[in-house]
Amino acid sequence: MSLWKIAWRSIQQRSLASTLTAISMALGVALVVTVLVLHDVIDQSFRRGAQGYDMIVGAKGGQLELVLSTAYNIGRPIENIPYNYYEELLPGGRFAAQVETAIPVCLGDSYEGFLVIGTLPERFTKLHYLDGRNYEFAEGRNFEVDHFYEAVIGAYVSQQTGLKIGGEMRPTHGVAEKGEAGHKHRPFQVVGILAPTGTPLDRNVFVNMEGFYHLEGHSHHSAGHDADTGSDHADHDHDHVDSNKPVPEDAKRVTAVLVCTEPTAVMTLAKQINEGATAQAALPAQVMIELLDGIVGNVQVILLLLAVLVVVVAGIGILVSIYNSMSDRRREIAIMRALGARRWTVMLVILLESILLAQGGGALGLLLGHGMIGALGPTILEYTGIAIGTLHFSWTELVLVPGLVVLAALVGYLPAVIAYRTDVAQAL
Amino acid sequence: MLYLNNVKKAFRNPDGSQLPIIDVPEFHIGPGEQMVLAGRSGSGKTTLLHVISGISRPDSGSVKVDGFDLTLLPEAECDRFRAERIGYVFQTFNLLPGFSALENVLLGMRFANGRPDVARARRLIERVGLSHRLHHKPTMLSVGEQQRVAVARALANKPKLLLADEPTANVDTGHQQQILELLREACGEEKVALILVTHTPEVAAQFDRLEQLEEINRAVRTPVNCLS
Repeated sequence: MSLWKIAWRSIQQRSLASTLTAISMALGVALVVTVLVLHDVIDQSFRRGAQGYDMIVGAKGGQLELVLSTAYNIGRPIENIPYNYYEELLPGGRFAAQVETAIPVCLGDSYEGFLVIGTLPERFTKLHYLDGRNYEFAEGRNFEVDHFYEAVIGAYVSQQTGLKIGGEMRPTHGVAEKGEAGHKHRPFQVVGILAPTGTPLDRNVFVNMEGFYHLEGHSHHSAGHDADTGSDHADHDHDHVDSNKPVPEDAKRVTAVLVCTEPTAVMTLAKQINEGATAQAALPAQVMIELLDGIVGNVQVILLLLAVLVVVVAGIGILVSIYNSMSDRRREIAIMRALGARRWTVMLVILLESILLAQGGGALGLLLGHGMIGALGPTILEYTGIAIGTLHFSWTELVLVPGLVVLAALVGYLPAVIAYRTDVAQAL
Repeated sequence: MLYLNNVKKAFRNPDGSQLPIIDVPEFHIGPGEQMVLAGRSGSGKTTLLHVISGISRPDSGSVKVDGFDLTLLPEAECDRFRAERIGYVFQTFNLLPGFSALENVLLGMRFANGRPDVARARRLIERVGLSHRLHHKPTMLSVGEQQRVAVARALANKPKLLLADEPTANVDTGHQQQILELLREACGEEKVALILVTHTPEVAAQFDRLEQLEEINRAVRTPVNCLS
């Protein structure tokens, strides 16, 4: 007959009050778990999204805007930079000695609500994701540099749109939501479907950059088809007749360049670019840390504090529940004392009761919290591209176990002292 | 087995003055002896039993049980001593409602040496005729059955002394004799000294030794015999 069993029986005797108390604790813990896991996922996703390259070079403006629009598909691109500035980062260019790899990206179109990005095949061969992982194709292959109208799609895009290998994808001019009408460009053929990466790339469509430039409004073509003049193009295909030849370089512009630098050259190169008048260099890791720690982190701390407050209130519920029962239980405590239980023993029984209620509610809260996360997972994936499963676990959750024990001991202390001080003779 | 020497205890009146309840110059009972302690209401019977069992401390004097002076033991030691060597049967049974008959007996063992002897608990339940009620909680037991469980619990740790405070007062007439005989036989078998408090003449008449509390307790001494 252990003290745990004695405490458990006391809880069973007051089953309704105990159940309600445990449920309130469960709700508080579920809230804490949800906040912790979401914090973890958001933190990881933002840190992971921009891994694989050291720097993003783009038009002058806010560094945060540049990183968010280029790496996370959040917000609109600032502006474009001249193609010849991108060439400065290539072998033979001004910055070549400090650059290992430079991959251009062009933004401006969408497909079924997913961003279409014009880039080079090297995007998937020379860059990696997360901790140095190589991009892999679940189906098909990478697009080829000479095949202007080939496309590769992310895993989530394939899943949501039903696009398969060999299927045709017609980008919509501009960034449009799914279902919105807009001018549709000529089709691209899907030749590859990327394996899931757990990054925003899963939600992107990648097209050959040369093909991208051939689409209306994507280049400042000098052969009488200046898209800015608004001249009447009704008499021919707006996506350019001479679509099998590369667009002249003076007509091209680039939205951003993903740069892997030589190991010790990051800061020097960034300084050089930022001091120039044409472009800026943003270090994604640094920018995201500032965002997460400075703004997102603070919001999450506030949410966590509120959730912890709910748990504390539930703990006070345990205190009230046990305290209110003490007047009915004086006799029981006196009986145990008369049978030889020491003061510390009856005090411990009350504390164990408090701990059982807190931990029981906590266990239920863990299940509830992870259940809620699992239920919300598909919705979060759809809106943010972040994949969360029911079993996604934050190590900070381990703090809940000792934390609840401490809380239970604190709230159980007053009723336990009442048990300790019970006058046996009077109570009998 | 039990020796009281100059034991005194008083309670405080609302006006702060002392109200003497116990003033016993000398009282003793031998090993295995069975006796009745009779007294009118308010004569300090329950208080005396509390003092003997260590539930209450006397204001002065010594209480020796099985050679140990309880007044010299620290409270925790006294609690353990009571668990191991003194059994107590209450007038109102005082079974714990959340526990079955068997578990109530095991609880009696729990606070002694901490190692409940399930086999002995079962034998005691069987001895009091409740083997078919092992797992019944007090609310499922009759009054007489509850008191029998209380007797089994009091004997759980093989005590040297058993105190029964009006054990038949709340039992129906038909079962009172049953309870009494059970107590006497069980104590006789286990060689446990028994002090039974009652104000029922029929009960008192069955014992060889009868003491009037008014005669041993100077705090309430009157010439009137409460059983006359």
